[in-house]
Amino acid sequence: MSNPQQERAKASLFYDPKIRGYVYQAALVAVVVFLIWSAASNAIENLRAQKIASGFGFWHNAAGFDINQKLIPFSASGGSTYGDAFIVGLLNTLLVAGLGIVLATFLGFFVGVARLSNNWVISKLAMIYVEVIRNIPLLLQLFFWYNAVLKPLPNPRDSIKLPTGALLNNRGLYVPDPQLGPGGSLIVWTFLIGIVASIIFRAWARKQQEATGKQYPIGLVALGLIIVLPLLVYFATGRPVSFIYPELAGFNLRGGIQIFPEFVALLVGLTTYTAGFIAEVVRAGILAVSRGQSEAAHALGLRSGPTLKLVIIPQAMRVIIPPLTSNYLNLTKNSSLAVAIGYPDLVQVFTGTVLNQTGQAVEVVAITMAVYLTISLVTSLFMNIYNKRMALVER
Amino acid sequence: MTDATSENAPYAFVRTETLQQESAPLSVAGPLAWIRGNLFSSPLNAILTLLCVWLVIDTVPGMVRFYILDAVWSGTNRDACLADKVGRPVGACWAYIADRTQYFIYGSYPVAERWRVNIVFVMFALGVVWLLWNKMPLKKVGLFFFFVILPASAFILLLGGPRAESFLRFLIIVTFALAVLHLVLSFVPGLMKYWVGEGQLAVEEAMPAWKRFYRPKRLILLSLVVFGLIAVLADSIGLPRVDTGLWGGMTVTFLIAAVGIVFSLPLGVILALGRRSKLPIIQLLSVIFIEFVRGVPLITVLFMANTMLPLFVPQEYSPDRLLRPLIGVALFAAAYMAEVIRGGLQAMPKGQYEGAMSLGLGYWQMMRLIILPQALRIVIPGIVNTFIGLFKDTTLVTIVGIFDFLRTIEATLVDPTWATPTTRATGYAFAAIFYFLCCWGMSRYSISVEKRLAAGQRR
Repeated sequence: MSNPQQERAKASLFYDPKIRGYVYQAALVAVVVFLIWSAASNAIENLRAQKIASGFGFWHNAAGFDINQKLIPFSASGGSTYGDAFIVGLLNTLLVAGLGIVLATFLGFFVGVARLSNNWVISKLAMIYVEVIRNIPLLLQLFFWYNAVLKPLPNPRDSIKLPTGALLNNRGLYVPDPQLGPGGSLIVWTFLIGIVASIIFRAWARKQQEATGKQYPIGLVALGLIIVLPLLVYFATGRPVSFIYPELAGFNLRGGIQIFPEFVALLVGLTTYTAGFIAEVVRAGILAVSRGQSEAAHALGLRSGPTLKLVIIPQAMRVIIPPLTSNYLNLTKNSSLAVAIGYPDLVQVFTGTVLNQTGQAVEVVAITMAVYLTISLVTSLFMNIYNKRMALVER
Repeated sequence: MTDATSENAPYAFVRTETLQQESAPLSVAGPLAWIRGNLFSSPLNAILTLLCVWLVIDTVPGMVRFYILDAVWSGTNRDACLADKVGRPVGACWAYIADRTQYFIYGSYPVAERWRVNIVFVMFALGVVWLLWNKMPLKKVGLFFFFVILPASAFILLLGGPRAESFLRFLIIVTFALAVLHLVLSFVPGLMKYWVGEGQLAVEEAMPAWKRFYRPKRLILLSLVVFGLIAVLADSIGLPRVDTGLWGGMTVTFLIAAVGIVFSLPLGVILALGRRSKLPIIQLLSVIFIEFVRGVPLITVLFMANTMLPLFVPQEYSPDRLLRPLIGVALFAAAYMAEVIRGGLQAMPKGQYEGAMSLGLGYWQMMRLIILPQALRIVIPGIVNTFIGLFKDTTLVTIVGIFDFLRTIEATLVDPTWATPTTRATGYAFAAIFYFLCCWGMSRYSISVEKRLAAGQRR
């Protein structure tokens, strides 16, 4: 196609790639529009036949069910609506996904590094862990944690007593509920200020190191700010925190914070499963850093710990972050398996209970999918920004 | 140091023969040094090693005792696995697995009709070996077998009944017509130019007629043979309809996985090509489909297939309960497959496209003959990985009420015939072993392919 003029003169309209392109696209659009139109018209007809209302009016209707784990007040008798149920489910999904991401990252990095350890036993154990976890379906693992590990725990009457007054039984883990006395909020504030202060100190120390080469004990200072300082305040204000301990009342336990077994099973399952994948990502990332880098670091006199921390991991992160992002997204999406063990996440509450009660499949499924899509897009957006910051800048 | 010269020779000792080579000292080589280097190289390492060893000693003997030494291997009901009935500590109840194997494999498929499932299993195994084992001949015929003949035969054999039989009749008529058409075309050279392209015409005409008939038409013959066999079976033994509600167990698990791969691969190729297309609308629609499906969990896709699909089609065509998740899984896998294949397409050097164009090939010819064979070859490991994910995800159909392998295990756990304290642990272990062996085998295969493909890069 070096000379389009000549080409056009020779070829008939039928063979013109441009015209063909238009024809193909028009045909595709026609097919898609027809499919959507026929699906919509069928749906309207079927819904009418089944006498199911359409539209989002159900959002404000009262929900006639209760949810055990809730981060906001929700009860059928309190006039909560389907909209509230949606929010409860969404928050539960975000809670388990957020915690899962943090824990899976730690465990995954640990196992990934362990697989590369020169300690034979540790690397082999890490390998077995990765192979076993990755080759067994998540659903089976969730069933295992929920039905085979947590369900056979004793009933509340003979709960297992853990140190610090926590109780473990087949209705979950009951931990003491902290109550703040006068001056107690000061401790919380100190704790929060400690976190902020250590972040600021870390940034300052980094800048100082870049400017002068002097290293500051970031870890120790952070430890002091976040843990020791609130402890000091705790004693200085006369120990204003008291605990309500869980205790047996009738057939159930009263008091304390109840952590439901469904939540624990889902969290443990998601964490261990995703960690297996993250471990492989981390391993691949570390192996991608050329050997010369660690040899050069050793030649400079760095020991293996600082070499890993200062030389290997920062470079490996560039390889690790994109697949790590997909693993975070997978974890969030996989949290929808909650429906199989009855953890009230978005899918279980909304696509399960609400859909069954209202019958409005189209709206409910559409909302659920939109939520997951949004979570996916937002997560990838943030990870892409982070990725851009970490990416190799070449001259 | 003393000089061993001729003057002080009597006092000097000069060795005349070479010393035997000694083995390296124990601190450098040998098991002890290995242990020191690999297990106790630093205090931290030593502590970690001891911790791990303790962990292994703590768990492994217990598991061995539970699953092997104390296990019950035979029996007909729960009494065989109850500690107080047997009079000894009881571990895993393998007798329960042995008793229920048939159910785990076939679900509730009628006992008298299970040979049909077995035939499908054999065909499936044949197709898998044909495609995956490097040394098997006629790979293209194998592809045709796996992607066309196997699905059609499996549908007819598993479902049975008048609908399947009319479908079979239709298939036989079509293949027979093709065979006749081809016979005519091969033996009447004047007609050949309508069948064979200009470039191939001379080659074809030079061949003897029987060879012309035989060569590219293996596919038709193969289809005729397979469909003919099924027709004979159906005629002599009869294929009564087995409703999909009765299907279950490994049959359904493999069915979903096979449908997933058979449909997602071509669909994935089309979507990947669409995503790389220069036509904006086609590209946009492909991107929307891929990103949308990849952005939502499979469960919501299954729920959608289960609850919304019946709404979207006229009442009388409402899809079968088993068909709905099949559609969902195939669409879901297609989106992932598309991204894997896109990777392969992107890895193709531009010269390959330009070379194909310079030969005067059109878009589809270029893709079919030059680009896709190479691109798919590169991404075989990626395809296998997607398939492993798909295979594990088949368990999710449990949630929309399909009796797959995992669901049959769950179902037997609540059955009082085998309700013992150890049944659950046994059932889950069995399921875990099954899935592990399948997935691990596939991942080993993908690694071996990767090694084989990388052979050209090795120096």
